[in-house]
Amino acid sequence: MAGIEVTALHKRYPDGTVAVEHVDLSIGHGELFVMLGPSGCGKTTTLRAIAGLERQTTGDIRIGDTLVNDLPPAERDIAMVFQFYALYPHLKIRDNLAFPLRAEGLPKPEVHERVNEAARLMQLGPLLDRRPRQLSGGEQQRVALARALVRRPRAFLMDEPLTNLDAELRADMRTEIKHLQGELGATMVYVTHDQVEAMSLGHRIAILNKGRVEQIGTPLEVYDRPASLFCAAFIGSPPMNLIEVEVADGKLRGEGGLVLPPPPGLPRDRRLVAGVRPEALEVTAPEAEGSIPARVVSVEWLGDEIIYVVDHGGQRDVRVRMPPTVRFAAEAKVGLRHTGGTPTVYDVSTEELVA
Amino acid sequence: MAVSVDEAVSTGPARDHTPPVRRLGGRGRSVLEVTLLTVLAVVMLFPVLWMIETSIKENRDVYAIPAKFFDFKITLDHYKDVFVNPDGGRSALSVSFLNSVVVAGASTVLATVLGVPAAWAYSRFAVKAKKDQLFFILSTRFMPPVVVVIPIFLMYRQVGLIDNKLGLILIYTAFNVPFTIWMMKGFVDEVPAEYEDAAMLDGYTRLQAFRRYTLPLLVPGIAATAVFALIFSWNEFVFATFLTSSDDVRTAPPAIAGLIGGTTTDWGLVAAASVVFALPVLVFAYLVRKHLIAGVTLGAVRR
Repeated sequence: MAGIEVTALHKRYPDGTVAVEHVDLSIGHGELFVMLGPSGCGKTTTLRAIAGLERQTTGDIRIGDTLVNDLPPAERDIAMVFQFYALYPHLKIRDNLAFPLRAEGLPKPEVHERVNEAARLMQLGPLLDRRPRQLSGGEQQRVALARALVRRPRAFLMDEPLTNLDAELRADMRTEIKHLQGELGATMVYVTHDQVEAMSLGHRIAILNKGRVEQIGTPLEVYDRPASLFCAAFIGSPPMNLIEVEVADGKLRGEGGLVLPPPPGLPRDRRLVAGVRPEALEVTAPEAEGSIPARVVSVEWLGDEIIYVVDHGGQRDVRVRMPPTVRFAAEAKVGLRHTGGTPTVYDVSTEELVA
Repeated sequence: MAVSVDEAVSTGPARDHTPPVRRLGGRGRSVLEVTLLTVLAVVMLFPVLWMIETSIKENRDVYAIPAKFFDFKITLDHYKDVFVNPDGGRSALSVSFLNSVVVAGASTVLATVLGVPAAWAYSRFAVKAKKDQLFFILSTRFMPPVVVVIPIFLMYRQVGLIDNKLGLILIYTAFNVPFTIWMMKGFVDEVPAEYEDAAMLDGYTRLQAFRRYTLPLLVPGIAATAVFALIFSWNEFVFATFLTSSDDVRTAPPAIAGLIGGTTTDWGLVAAASVVFALPVLVFAYLVRKHLIAGVTLGAVRR
């Protein structure tokens, strides 16, 4: 296993589209590193550049101590798992697993041993003599993982491997991948557009947008202090409420009279936006202490929680996460107050975190 | 049809809901359908039937008035004449059939060999102005052959390709390559690029990955495309007429057309030659019909 260093990566296609503007990543040895972003943000291109399937326009990629810029994929000693599994349809599972080893020219007994080991790890024993077509999506993905395992590569690259599975299987496979990564101590780079996957899997998450890294951090850091308005709007479901605020009398005052505690070190004379998580707000009875008047626009009953969309007189309605015991009907007159800690504050013009 | 209309008028709206009326209406429609289809089939198939009949009639019966549909003596002399000269030896027609096989076969193979890798490249790689390039390639098919045949004729005269099988092969290939690229690109797009990516990570070069994984999956598409290219080359008439003159080089379409005219026309021979000419394409298309359907319905079903 080895770490991966990506320095000043830039990828421009011959037709002029820029897939990756500028990406710096430092992925530690044995780390499960997630690249998260909307489609077209450059995450897959970055991964394919690490794999050697795309040649970057400029920038360096190091795997371990080796500069791999000019090495073909096969010589980079990495394994990749694809969204479409890419199992060879005409080969049995056993041969699919053995395939990369035979390509390396390993002796037969060793191939046999390694295939069995990977099959045991991924519980594929009964499937070894079938063909990919006869397997369910989840089984195919386990085979794809096993095929990555047998090579004992220096790093694993995963390109949205769970996207084609149904929700239940996806949760199972997520657990399985996380467990496997911990057991092997493998360096793993995992690309996804699913924030739940990213939050539950990653040791660290890189959020990409328009070919640039917006933020790198642990799942908690990324959730608690999004580094830009983009991250604030991307992470969390429902996402953060972004409320335009002004500093007055040592408080943050939003539209509709909402008062928030100010973080230290706020800049003066700039237009600011506060990011407030739905769980940092509270819907109360009208005229409760410290609340401002508001109106319930709609209610989403999710069983374990209720999401209220509330109009408090601002430009945009805010979303509030409440326990299922607190019930208001749509159109009800209510109060709205802030209960959480200091919110994050962003500069409207730079879209970056200022305090 | 008339029956069902009468029924509907006489029974009134109340009985419209009862099953028998509806079944009658259905039967009326199916009668109409069958009638129309029969008429269409007769119109479409009669010339073919007449061609086959003429090819096995004696000359006397060919010119008989009124025309004889059933009561004529069957002879295979015309078919013999297609292949064998009256004084023994190979006939000019049989030579032209052989030329057709060579020219159509070679141009199809050439177009496939050139077009399939090109389609793969257009499908897999980011190429500068890809759409414009593809449109340019397609635009070479916009003009009918008769428009370009004069300039082609002049160019061929300069380089000595007039009355030369190679010349025909080249011009048919030039017409088939754009078609092959466009049709094959659709098929290549359907094969996930991940197969090649995975094979490259497993230690193969890009070309090896293409040959070992993508190519076998493309075989149905190649078959469909090749049949279309073959049919075009086999049936092509304009270039063949203008660019060839001697019996040694001429392909079958102008050779058969050449039988008509002069003082008398041996219609039996024309018909027999036409049947022989039509058969190979029919048989070939029948053999690969499954792939052909896959080819024309491509993209209708999402993967």
